[in-house]
Parts: sequence; C-alpha cells; structure tokens
Amino acid sequence: MKKIKVGLGTCGISAGGELVFNKLKEEIKTRNLGIEVNETGCMGMCYEEALVEVVDDNDSFLYSNVTVDKVGRIVNEHLINNKPVIEWIIKSNEVSKEDAFLKNQKRIVLRNCGVIDPTSIDEYIEQDGYKAIEKVLKNFTQQEVIDLIIKSGLRGRGGAGFTTGMKWKFANQEKSEKKYIVCNADEGDPGAFMDRSVLEGDPHSVLEGMMIAAYVIGSDEAYIYCRAEYPLAIKRLRTALRQCELKGYLGKNILGSNFNFTIKIKEGAGAFVCGEETALMASVEGKRGVPRLRPPFPAHKGLWGKPTNINNVETFANVPWIINNGWEKYSSLGTEKSKGTKVFALAGKIKRSGLAEVPMGMTINEIVFDLGGGIKNNKKFKAVQMGGPSGGCIPASMGNLKIDYDEIVRTGAIMGSGGLIVLDETTCMVDLARYFLNFTQNESCGKCTFCRVGTKRMLEILERITIGKGKENDVDILQDLANKITKNSLCGLGQSAPNPVLTTIKYFREEYVSHIHDKKCPAHSCSALIDYTIDEVNCKGCGLCIKACSSNAITGSKKAVHYINQELCIKCGRCFDVCNLDAVIKN
Amino acid sequence: MNDTEVQEKKSILNFKIDLVNKRHQNGSLIPLLQAAQDSYGYIPEKVIYYISELVGIPAAEIYGVITFYSQFRLKPLGKNLIRICEGTACHVNGAKSILTALQDELGITVGETTDDGIFSLQSVACLGCCSLAPVVMINDATHGNLTMDKIKKILKKYKTEEKIRIAS
Repeated sequence: MKKIKVGLGTCGISAGGELVFNKLKEEIKTRNLGIEVNETGCMGMCYEEALVEVVDDNDSFLYSNVTVDKVGRIVNEHLINNKPVIEWIIKSNEVSKEDAFLKNQKRIVLRNCGVIDPTSIDEYIEQDGYKAIEKVLKNFTQQEVIDLIIKSGLRGRGGAGFTTGMKWKFANQEKSEKKYIVCNADEGDPGAFMDRSVLEGDPHSVLEGMMIAAYVIGSDEAYIYCRAEYPLAIKRLRTALRQCELKGYLGKNILGSNFNFTIKIKEGAGAFVCGEETALMASVEGKRGVPRLRPPFPAHKGLWGKPTNINNVETFANVPWIINNGWEKYSSLGTEKSKGTKVFALAGKIKRSGLAEVPMGMTINEIVFDLGGGIKNNKKFKAVQMGGPSGGCIPASMGNLKIDYDEIVRTGAIMGSGGLIVLDETTCMVDLARYFLNFTQNESCGKCTFCRVGTKRMLEILERITIGKGKENDVDILQDLANKITKNSLCGLGQSAPNPVLTTIKYFREEYVSHIHDKKCPAHSCSALIDYTIDEVNCKGCGLCIKACSSNAITGSKKAVHYINQELCIKCGRCFDVCNLDAVIKN
Repeated sequence: MNDTEVQEKKSILNFKIDLVNKRHQNGSLIPLLQAAQDSYGYIPEKVIYYISELVGIPAAEIYGVITFYSQFRLKPLGKNLIRICEGTACHVNGAKSILTALQDELGITVGETTDDGIFSLQSVACLGCCSLAPVVMINDATHGNLTMDKIKKILKKYKTEEKIRIAS
C-alpha cells in the first residue's frame, strides 16, 4: 500500500509544495487510485524543495525539486505502473544522492520533522509521543526529573546556554501559589529558522516538553510567545493544542494524575528585543517590550510578578527524548561541556542550505563541506557568521574549530540560536558588520543610552567607511564605542550588539584598512568603491549588456566594442552578470 | 450596501466580539490591537479611544505600545503588500539590488504606499526561507531566487491584473 508525504513547511510551500500537494490529490482522485496524500514538516533539505516522498511496504522514494509539471509523470510511471522515476529520486534503497547531508546528522529535536504529519496527534503518539509525560507523572518525583535533566547536560538552546536543569531547580524551589511556564518562540535572528521548522513539523514535542517542565516546577499555566511572522507555526500549534485538550493531555487531572495544565499562545507583534526574557514577559503582559534589570530573575519574579520558567522551543523539544531514552544516551553525545545535538540553519553561499542537526563538537569545516557540500559557484570559503546580530564572524582559517558553547564564545561569536550563514570571497566584511549594526540599531528599544545612541554612532561610522569616506582613526573609535556599549547596556541585545563589528575587526582588520586607506573594497561588493569597465579584447559587441542596463549608461554599435559612461552608471552590476564573455570587469 | 461594505461591517463586528471576549484577560492589549488591525487593515484613531475606554488603559499608553511594535500601523495599506526580506542570507545574496529594482519600478521607498494605492512596500528582518534567498513576499505568496529582471516581471503581472480588474 503506497502512501505519499509532501514537505509543507514554509520553505516547501514557498518552493511550490502546496501546488504539488493539490495536484497530486487531484490526479489521485480523478484516476481513482485511493492513495493517501499527507503533509509533513520540513525535511531539512530546503535546497531540494519541493520534496515528495512515496512510501510503500519495502522502500521509500524521495523526489526532489518537484513541480506541478512533474506530477503527471510521477503518477503515471510510479503510482500506476510501479516504475519509480529514477532520475528525479534522491533517496531510496538504491539511490543515495544526498547521503552526505543525512548520514552525519543525529536527529533528536528533528526526530519527527518530515516524518510525521504535524496535524495528526495520533502519528505523534505512534512515535512514542506523550510517553515521556506519562512516565514522569507516574514514576518520577519533581526532584528526580530535575536531577535527570541536569545529568543529561542539556543547556538552553536559545543562545546563552544556561543549564536547563538548574533553571528548573530555581523555579521549583520558589514557594508560590501560581507559577508560569513560557516557551520562547520569538525567533528573531535573521538567518535562523530552526524553531519555526520544529513548530511547523512537530509541535507536539514542544508541548510535551512544556508539560514536563510545568510538572517539575509546579505550574499550571503556560504561554507560547511566537512571532506573528510565523503564521503556519501558529496555525499548527493551535491545532496541536486543540487535539491535546480533546485527548486529555491538557486540562484538569491529566492522565489520571492531579496535574492540571493549560497552554495559551501569544502572538508577538514584531520586535527583536522581545526575544530577551524580561522584554518578552513585558510583551506578554501587553506592554511595550522593554527589558528590565535582573535580578530579580524570572525564576523568582517573572510574569505578573510570579515565578516563571522560560525556555526556548528547541530546549523543550529535547526533553521528551531525554526522558524516553535516558540521560546517559543524551550526554554520550557532544563535547565535555556541551552535550547532545544542535540544530543549525545553514544558509548563505552554501550549496545545500537547510536544516541540519548534528552532535555538538562537529567542526565548522565538517558542517560547511561534508554536510553543506561546500561553497556555491566554486567560490572560496571566507567565514561563517554565527549567532545572528549578537554573534560574530569566524574566519575560514579556524575551520577546524569544534562547535560547542564555550569554544564559540572564545572566538568572540556566540552559539546563538543556531543560524549559520556561510560567506564567500564576494562578501565584504565591513558591509556585513554595517548590515548587522543597522539591524540592532533599528531594534534597540531605546531604554539604555549607550545602546540607543552608541549603535547609531557606530552605524554612521560603518556607513561612511563603506562609501569610501572613512577616517584614519575610525577603527579605534569603533572599538571604543563597542566596549562602552557592551559595558553599559542592560540586556543581551545591547551587550552583544557590537559583536559583529568586533569580530570582523579582529579577523578581517585589513579589509577595514583597505576601505579607509586605499578606498578599495577587496570583496568588490561596496558599490561606491567599485566601477565597471569593458575589456576591449573580450567584448564582441553582442549588445547583451546594453539591453540589461537600466540607466542607459552603455553605448556601442553592434559588433563593436561597447563603452560604459561612468557618470550614468549606477553600479547595479547587471552588465557584469549578463556578460558571457568576461568582458565586463569589476574594479 | 455593496459586498465590500458588508464585509467591512462584518469584520468590524468580529473585532467588537473579540474585544468583549478579551478585555478582562490579563495582557489583552496586544491581542486586541491585532484584532483591530485584522478588521480594519490598520488601527484607526477612534479605535484607540474605544479600546482605552473599555480596558482602562490611557490612550497615550496604547499609542506607545502601537508605535513600539513594527507589526502595527496607523495608516491603511495599499492593495498589495510587498515585503522584501532583509535577512542575512538575502543580504549576502543580493537583496539590495532587488530593493533598488522595486523602488525604481514603484517610485516609493520602504514604508510607503504608491499614490494609486495599489502597492505598499515594507521590509522585514527575515522571512525564514533563507534557502530561497533573495526573497520577496507579495501578499501571501513567496517569490524566491530573485533577480532584478525576475522581480520586474512579477510586478508587471500584478500591475496588469490590477488594470484588468479596474477595466472590468
């Protein structure tokens, strides 16, 4: 009996997955094939979307880059005549084109993503779902669960890496009638989409983790604070919550115990700073999301002044697996101080962009080259950016660095939530620092002067450097401002805002120097510092660049060498992109 | 009353029901504002006073919350909302040239609406489809792996559709 799964995470849908899904259903219906078509979450291979998996009794065939036009042939040849369309398949018993991406992974958080239908609680239960909460309620005391989570070595996956078991212990020790659990799903780092994929692909694992945490600290009410930019994740969460209520996993006297628990969803309204826990709580309370001083920590005084335990989506998703498989198995993965696995969102100039979950301690090179397949268009690997706007750039020369919380901090970057952007030789590091500063400057809530004004001043300096108006002592001023912002900001946003600048100065100082001193951009990226000319030998006068130019800056008659008028040229680079003869030169 | 007016009345009614249901909940202000924006397309001034009276929060404080969050707007949007992703992956894959193309074609910058009210242009920090970078979202449709030519063609499609709609 055949079954079909279509990857319908946000990435799948934007690659046309929904159209494929509907077309498949339609074809199967009109031909009366009686084959089930289900949706599933992100399979991780975003670079191969849309993905369709045909499962039969002995094998499963994964089709990649499926479009509506390809559906007909798959239906005719595979579904009707049982002859899989081999050239479109990337994985089956016989084909293993994408083994390199999959074999190095260890999927704990993503265990069900792309496997089960996220809208079906029964499929989650089939995969040992809600066994962990049952086990905990029946056999474990609160203290036993805390000890177990501490021994597993699980650390907060939101970025800071605080030991999860300790956090639970603090909240557990507070004496209060009312306590809250909060799930931080405000994944705001540009370039990070792990939490979104987990919520879209396996929402129940997060809910189960929250239930266990609630039992441990003695809470009966929780909030999931999710970005409004993730409509699909919110939809899947709502479905999952309704199913739990119907099945009795949420509500009163859960599974016959005296444990009561409800979960509500709060939609964020678009503010990066709300990823910070005190700002997040202010936002849940309906106020401006402005952080406050800690202590008191949320475990002591959190939401509406009550003890509150806040964990990230990925942290919660780890918990049921640890309970089911034992802390020993979890802590056998990873490095001495960072246990388990980490999900990374691979993006940028990498061949295979997508989601990958690997044991802690894997090196940067292994992730970029073995898993990610190396750099697109045969360019040179330059650096990885980790931790988003709070993180930093780690140069290619440190590619053998083992990724764990402490090693990454030593480089000046941070683990962050797990966005890993790969940069090649065409990325200008000064421009990248400017980009991140622009982001944090926009997102600064304005409470602390150094963050509010300091980031603005740093941004102005970076802007003038990238247009060739940098001054000799600009790098020193940047470093001075950076130190002051770090020391005098209240929350993580301000304290870490200068990291992208500091790390690029640390590892790529020569790029700053060439911008300021020689008025050159070594990566040929800053448009004010480059110009385009036409090579008289290579140009055959084909006219492609004339057609492509939107500012009418290129002239020349057919079969004669063309010419770019520098005064009209807006440096968009389209002539450079369209020329097949390498006749347009970027200087 | 024509269809759109009926629709409008209905959604405003829904908002009022939401308002009654949510006003006693803790921290209901943001969900209420979200409901208002869903119904009206933006947050009209009269709604601020209305909410203020019901939940007992001063209008000035509500205004403070509205302007803090990027989701809320105090002016109506154009018919088609174009959101350009400024995520890191998009940035390093040339989002800037896509933005230039959009601005050239529409004659507006980020945060503005065209005079004919057909397009609004906004930027977002990350749409989360980094593997398709550079990405632009028009209404609910995501367009990925864009080039300057591709985005111009896409805009043209929307413009023609709009013209056909007006003509009919």
